[in-house]
Amino acid sequence: MLGRTLREVSAALKQGHITPTELCQKCLSIIKKTKFLNAYITVSEEVALKQAEESEKRYKKGHSLGDLDGIPIAVKDNFSTSGIETTCASNMLRGYVPPYNATVVQKLLDQGALLMGKTNLDEFAMGALGSDTGGSTRNPAAHCGLVGLKPSYGLVSRHGLIPLVNSMDVPGILTRCVDDAAIVLGVLAGHDPKDSTTIQDPVKPFVLPSLTDVSKLCIGIPKEYLTPELSSEVRSLWSKAANLFESEGAKVIEVSLPHTSYSIVCYHVLCTSEVASNMARFDGLEYGHRCDIDVSTEAMYAATRREGFNDVVRGRILSGNFFLLKENYENYFVKAQKVRRLIANDFVTVFNSGVDVLLTPTTLSEAVPYTEFIKEDNRTRSAQDDIFTQAANMAGLPAVSVPMALSNQGLPIGLQFIGRAFCDQELLTIARWFEKQVQFPVIQLQELMDDCSSVFENEKLASVSLKQ
Amino acid sequence: MAAPMLRLCCPGRRWALACIDGCSRHRRGAPNGCTSSRKRGQSSVAQQPFITAQKPRKGEHEWAAVVGLEIHAQISSKSKLFSGSQVHFAAPPNSLVSFFDASLPGTLPVLNRRCVEAAVMTGLALNCRINKKSLFDRKHYFYADLPAGYQITQQRLPIAVNGSLVYSFCAGKNRSQVINKTARVKQIQLEQDSGKSLHDDLRSQTLIDLNRAGVGLLEVVLEPDMSCGEEAATAVRELQLILQALGTSQANMADYEIQRQINELENGGEILNETRSFDSKLGCTIPMRDKEGKQDYRFMPEPNLPPLLLYDTESLPAGADPQQVIDIDRIREQLPELPSVTREKLVQQYGMLPEHSFTLLNEVGLLEFFQNVMKETRAEPKKVTSWVLNTLLGFLKQQNLAVSESPVTPSALAELLNLLDRKAISSSAAKQVFEELWRNEGKTPAQIVSEKKLELMQDQEALEQLCHAVMEGHPQVVMDVKKGNPRAINKLIGLVRKVTLSRADPTVIKEILEKKLAS
Repeated sequence: MLGRTLREVSAALKQGHITPTELCQKCLSIIKKTKFLNAYITVSEEVALKQAEESEKRYKKGHSLGDLDGIPIAVKDNFSTSGIETTCASNMLRGYVPPYNATVVQKLLDQGALLMGKTNLDEFAMGALGSDTGGSTRNPAAHCGLVGLKPSYGLVSRHGLIPLVNSMDVPGILTRCVDDAAIVLGVLAGHDPKDSTTIQDPVKPFVLPSLTDVSKLCIGIPKEYLTPELSSEVRSLWSKAANLFESEGAKVIEVSLPHTSYSIVCYHVLCTSEVASNMARFDGLEYGHRCDIDVSTEAMYAATRREGFNDVVRGRILSGNFFLLKENYENYFVKAQKVRRLIANDFVTVFNSGVDVLLTPTTLSEAVPYTEFIKEDNRTRSAQDDIFTQAANMAGLPAVSVPMALSNQGLPIGLQFIGRAFCDQELLTIARWFEKQVQFPVIQLQELMDDCSSVFENEKLASVSLKQ
Repeated sequence: MAAPMLRLCCPGRRWALACIDGCSRHRRGAPNGCTSSRKRGQSSVAQQPFITAQKPRKGEHEWAAVVGLEIHAQISSKSKLFSGSQVHFAAPPNSLVSFFDASLPGTLPVLNRRCVEAAVMTGLALNCRINKKSLFDRKHYFYADLPAGYQITQQRLPIAVNGSLVYSFCAGKNRSQVINKTARVKQIQLEQDSGKSLHDDLRSQTLIDLNRAGVGLLEVVLEPDMSCGEEAATAVRELQLILQALGTSQANMADYEIQRQINELENGGEILNETRSFDSKLGCTIPMRDKEGKQDYRFMPEPNLPPLLLYDTESLPAGADPQQVIDIDRIREQLPELPSVTREKLVQQYGMLPEHSFTLLNEVGLLEFFQNVMKETRAEPKKVTSWVLNTLLGFLKQQNLAVSESPVTPSALAELLNLLDRKAISSSAAKQVFEELWRNEGKTPAQIVSEKKLELMQDQEALEQLCHAVMEGHPQVVMDVKKGNPRAINKLIGLVRKVTLSRADPTVIKEILEKKLAS
């Protein structure tokens, strides 16, 4: 049951094959067994069970709220959840319990979803694996064999999403299949009066048509994305995907995004600048961590912020403040904004030339083992891992990572589709066709659990290989 | 721009504390100095204007002082600039604070329509160009009363620019010469107010009240076109009146002092780009900590607010929801009467002197008082003006009272003037009645007149007899009059008045005496 699509589970719930409480408890059991993965910062067991109880009542009466009623969900710990600790994985917000729900959380709860807990992230979403803002929905999706969707900027409310880079952040959706992502997007999309950057136009519900004929499609392959660092496996899968479209009648052409090579640096300047600004509110006064020093306000600020933030966060704040200094503003911040415009225009040009969707890798390679991962510093890692994903954030475009195949090591590899602004529905339609073609194997959780148990006993973290 | 600010605060803000903010509130580039409460509880913020000295021309030793000003006026609106929490005064501390005002992570600003309209109205009243597109920025600094660590303001592209403030300066010997001056308005911008911090030195702690954090402010920047403190004061007063007439701000400001010694300038003292605060104990300005000069606010565009777009009738998109758009032309059509127009009307309608129209408007509530008296009396406008501006205002000033606290009501004064008008009493008797009314013992003018027997003699014949008797009794004085001594007649009048117990109109007495003397 836990491996099925949303619709299948929803149907099962409606027909009474399984109850929300049973589903919830199965989920909680797996969460407990995989605790060593440290995936959850907070598990909201009581809340979830209560929600399950209520969902059950609704199903018994035949008044389910929709496809998401009774469905377990998890929310990254940088979304504000009322009454449930929200930390952004930072010391600075340890113990912070918000008094309100983020709009997207509220929408999911209104649909009857069960909140299992708050998931882990790099402190304030600033790690290579972490930015919601440069690819942190798509990257983990690719590494874990999931669908990771970053909707168009302005389509989904950011109210309650603790911001990293306000002009690039978008709530991302992680699901097992494209259809599920479309269902969730349908619930979340739309204008929010509390978020002035959401579009005013009404959003039609997301019903994905079944695409059978791709002969009218034009797929673009950006040549600048073929970098030397790309692993041979990913490169060959990318090629295979392109051929797949071509063989089914689509037009597949090479396109150019000439300013690609500037995007990392540009992103770095804009990201750190906004971060420096957004972190200014963490002063220990109103909420969150406060140090013990009370000699003076200034001393208190300094100690609180030193204790509350890790090196990565502090480093970015310092960089950002440097770029925002009067004497540097024109040369760095404004320059980066101009480059950002050029990058965004690259995409506009390509889409105006008849391309419907771009096909690119999501990551450079399969997931790297921990011991290797920590060899590089955060900045290098970010630069490397976000290379394919962050341009879509700069341009505000919708992008989705779809799992394609397992590597030789048995680890998932996904590819990315980037679409036109506010054409999320079209993007997902194409993604779903692709998903159907490649038939990526669904993870068999029970086998995984059995494999893990011995590891668990030895309390070792190791890469886990999956059987096909 | 280190121009200091004059804060115009809201009415009814009676602060019990003698000094709020103290000297620690120096973090802005143009900080507020000490605040001290004056009588009547009006808030007064003593700011220093930014005074620059122009370089003297060759051969000259004269410095020309030039004063520029930045004025912050709190917008009259039900809720704050970017959040829905209410704007009230004297509410319990931290009771009007929304999640956004407290800077809870994840909260976003939402622009208040009424505040935008207030800014447009003010811009139009000051002859500004309203920017159809304006932008919001973040201005960063750390201070306990600024929860987000930045203030949202409009640095790059404010909502209104290039206007003018016309104010009139009463100069000359009797201040009867009205000189019109203009100060250019550089810009008007929308921005957030900060919270309040109270320093408790005894317990080494600072108390923060965020009720005011996020309230909308209009910052009006005037170019250095004013050449002395008094001009600046007059300009600010006029701006205050305009804001009050528009209803965009209560702008209730008490006296403030601007005292910048030109002597110091002449002595080559260091000025410019320095903000000074007023030390009420020393009675002079002192330099503030120099930190401000080194402050870099790291301005950055506010990413959560798209550009603010305004329309006029021409550019208004067809079928636009009126709730979602602002039409500058419509606002212009609905602008209330401005003070300069009101004053002009007073001069035209009542024939009063221009400087009187200024006084009427400058004193809070005085115009309304005047108009209420006019409604109920037949007396000539000039008489009413004189009584209101000289007598009433004189008494009020003596006891440092506001018009609203006057023990004499408009109705009472009207009644008094009616008595005077139909010559039921003399003008000196009227003064007596006024004094009596001021005691506020609940008596009407008519009652007072009756009690004190102040009615004028109506019997012409009796009066003539008394005049005759006085003339008979003082032949020497009569002789002096006939000799041509101009002052002698007054002596006679005085004698008659004494005899009549001041119940005769001196003008009538004079007439009778002159008639008799002539015969």
